Amino acid sequence: MTAARSAGSAARIGVITFPGTLDDVDAARAVRYCDAEPVALWHADSDLRGVDAVVVPGGFSYGDYLRAGAIAARAPIMRAVIDAARRGLAVLGICNGFQILCEAGLLPGALLRNAGLRFICRDQWLRVENTTSPWTLRFEPGAEILIPMKNAEGRYVAAESVLDELEGEGRVLFRYMGGGPGQGNPNGSLRDIAGIGSADGRIAGLMPHPEHAIDALTGPTDDGLGLFLSIRDWIGVSAGVGA
Amino acid sequence: MARVAVDVVIKPEILDPQGKAILAALARTGHPGVSSVRQGKHFDLEVDDSVSDADLEQLAATLLANPVIESWTVTRRAPEPAAGAGR
Repeated sequence: MTAARSAGSAARIGVITFPGTLDDVDAARAVRYCDAEPVALWHADSDLRGVDAVVVPGGFSYGDYLRAGAIAARAPIMRAVIDAARRGLAVLGICNGFQILCEAGLLPGALLRNAGLRFICRDQWLRVENTTSPWTLRFEPGAEILIPMKNAEGRYVAAESVLDELEGEGRVLFRYMGGGPGQGNPNGSLRDIAGIGSADGRIAGLMPHPEHAIDALTGPTDDGLGLFLSIRDWIGVSAGVGA
Repeated sequence: MARVAVDVVIKPEILDPQGKAILAALARTGHPGVSSVRQGKHFDLEVDDSVSDADLEQLAATLLANPVIESWTVTRRAPEPAAGAGR
């Protein structure tokens, strides 16, 4: 839960490292870009160190053995994340992190091998479909963003009834968009879904990588910063009302 | 000690592009008549006698398979012949 903090102190955002995680350093950098404090969390620990939110970053945790994210979802730190998330902690899963949140049962559905069987690495256009959730509130309604994607198992699948529920409740946060280069559905994801959220939006996951697009010097855009600014602002408001 | 096989396969309604690629390769390499391939996983377990069928079902449903996308079967297999027997 959001720890009581004095006004003006930086939001503390945990970034988990599993064996095989690749993107924890970039995720921590994105947190710092928003004047928030990244807090390193280790897979074998079960202490969340009092963080206000958690980012589960991308990579190949546990070598993607069994299924992508399957082993990580059962690591000690994830037990703590699952317990805290059920009490309202904000959690973002990026790429392998999204796979982990689905495997952990925090988000519905699953991510399977891309329909074309290729590892896809490209800059990808997305439409932000919900701009009121804690992780997307800084985006303008209908915002179109360009951020990198890089995965082999990014095809989102869920039962039709689950997809209908996600759509009906505004829980599709990001959708693959357009038909030109870097556009369109890259991997056969059902309903062009790139990212989803929980009913209250506090738990979110997406396959493309906002943490790699926070500075035009090192990424295609700085569009990805919007997610990190959103959660920083949301934590500030939550703390302000004494949540 | 018992030997147990757990077979896991993607549910029929979910696209299996690997199975489709294998099907195409079979046709290309002179194996006509195959109309469908679904790729899955096979696990061989050795378990002691305290592990019940319910335990096996539980471990298959919670770790070896993801019920969202996969179905599975658990089969107890004939025990291995005792070491050294028949030699």
